[in-house]
Amino acid sequence: MAVLQYREKVNQFLDDIGKGVSDLVIDFIFQLGLLFRFSAMGMRLFFKRPYRWEDLIQHMEFVGNKSVFIIVLTGVFTGMAVSFQIYLGFKLINATTLVGPTVALGITRELGPVLSGLIVAARAGGAMAANLGSMRVSEQIDAIEVMGVDPIRYLVSPRIMAATIMMPFLTGIFDFVAIVGSYFLCVKVLDIDDAIFWEKTNLWVNPNHINEGLIKAAVFGFIFASICCYRGFYTKGGAKDVGDATNRGVVLSMVLIIIVDFFLMNLIDIYYKIAEYV
Amino acid sequence: MSKSKNPTVENAIEVIDLKKTFNGEDYVLNGLDLVVPKGKITVIIGFSGTGKSVLLRHILGLIKPTSGQIKIMGEDITSLSDDEAIKQRMKFGVLFQYAALFDDMSVLGNVLFPLREHRKDLNMSQMKEIAYAKLKLAGLDEKHYSKLPSEISGGMRKRCGLARALALDPDVLVYDEPTTGLDPILTEMVDNLIVNTHNYKQGSSTLVVSHDLYAAFRIGDYVAMLDSGKVLLHGPPKVFFETDIPLVKKFVDKGVHKS
Repeated sequence: MAVLQYREKVNQFLDDIGKGVSDLVIDFIFQLGLLFRFSAMGMRLFFKRPYRWEDLIQHMEFVGNKSVFIIVLTGVFTGMAVSFQIYLGFKLINATTLVGPTVALGITRELGPVLSGLIVAARAGGAMAANLGSMRVSEQIDAIEVMGVDPIRYLVSPRIMAATIMMPFLTGIFDFVAIVGSYFLCVKVLDIDDAIFWEKTNLWVNPNHINEGLIKAAVFGFIFASICCYRGFYTKGGAKDVGDATNRGVVLSMVLIIIVDFFLMNLIDIYYKIAEYV
Repeated sequence: MSKSKNPTVENAIEVIDLKKTFNGEDYVLNGLDLVVPKGKITVIIGFSGTGKSVLLRHILGLIKPTSGQIKIMGEDITSLSDDEAIKQRMKFGVLFQYAALFDDMSVLGNVLFPLREHRKDLNMSQMKEIAYAKLKLAGLDEKHYSKLPSEISGGMRKRCGLARALALDPDVLVYDEPTTGLDPILTEMVDNLIVNTHNYKQGSSTLVVSHDLYAAFRIGDYVAMLDSGKVLLHGPPKVFFETDIPLVKKFVDKGVHKS
């Protein structure tokens, strides 16, 4: 009898876990659907006349210009740190001449877009979620709506577009300063030959590698702007909920950037192989 | 007088058998009928949680009803497409509870916003002329026009919100709890402002959602009291003093004594 009762409890426990997991998965898919619909609507409404160029430029300035300093700062130090670590490894096999191109490849294809994405998601994405969240709880979004203005078109579309456009530029800047940082460390500190550094980098890195990083950056910009705007736009409650929405928006953006990076890397690789074959 | 509908008066807003549930079980609005006559001030009163704000959001087209009809100037807004609903909303000028001014725009910028969006036929100086006129009508001094909302007082914010609501010369002016959180002097000022702006444009209708009974009787041509998602009593202020409905009597006694 005791064994039967024990089995029943175990079954109940497993049922609960199963239900919890399935609810979680269903909710995740549902939320993903809503997010996709929201961002698609944001993009579609941007191309509806009359175009909101002024708003776009204003948000491009916010996402782009105001992120340049932080991008340059992190870019230089990332380039130097990665170079030093690779130098230590390559020194063991006497291949220090390959530090430059290895860093350049890693930065342009992977670290540049991912780190820029994470940094700008935290800075601009967080601000987007907080801004829209506070507008929602203070009824400013309702005010826009009752004044006969579509709030998604006015508030969301230019933000998503601005992030998608500006991210490749910021990544380009990150790539450039990271390689310059790497150059200074390798040539001026670690005594790697100047000509060999550039020659090998030039030989290994081709435009496709840079393009790959820039395409990824545009996708990451679209992802973090959509998620952060979505979280902020549908905030309910008060100041605490604005904080929660910002936090969730930034964290989800960062996680998705890293996950999407892996799949995007493979997709772009497949595309290049097909293009080469054709 | 309960749930009155006067067919001889042309109505700015007509709410017919409106029902709303958010969870499928509990009805926030439960078969509500209401008319807001054209050219009059109608005040909606009621205890907290009786559905005043939900009703207002329905009238403004911010949420869709579960069932029922809402007619604005004779046009049913429940069946409108999103684009049509956006155009429909331009018939309203709304003063929100805390004014809902845009933080990143100046006082003047806030009033210019609806003009920049909808009056593309005007140039900037013409728009500014209108904005100045509306700000003056709302009683806001010129020295405050370039300030941000965070730099002006609560009363001034209300005035600025009102000027913004008036910018497009709406057919219906809506006030959501306009005197909440204000001292008695400011409350009286806002009440006077409501009456003055109502009288400014002939034929315009005003809808006020409030819990301030004294103000409701002072400014309202008609008053509607909500309870449990329905209109409990609707009519000119005097019917509220003549009624035998216990809940209304209680509300009136407490409200008037408090005032």
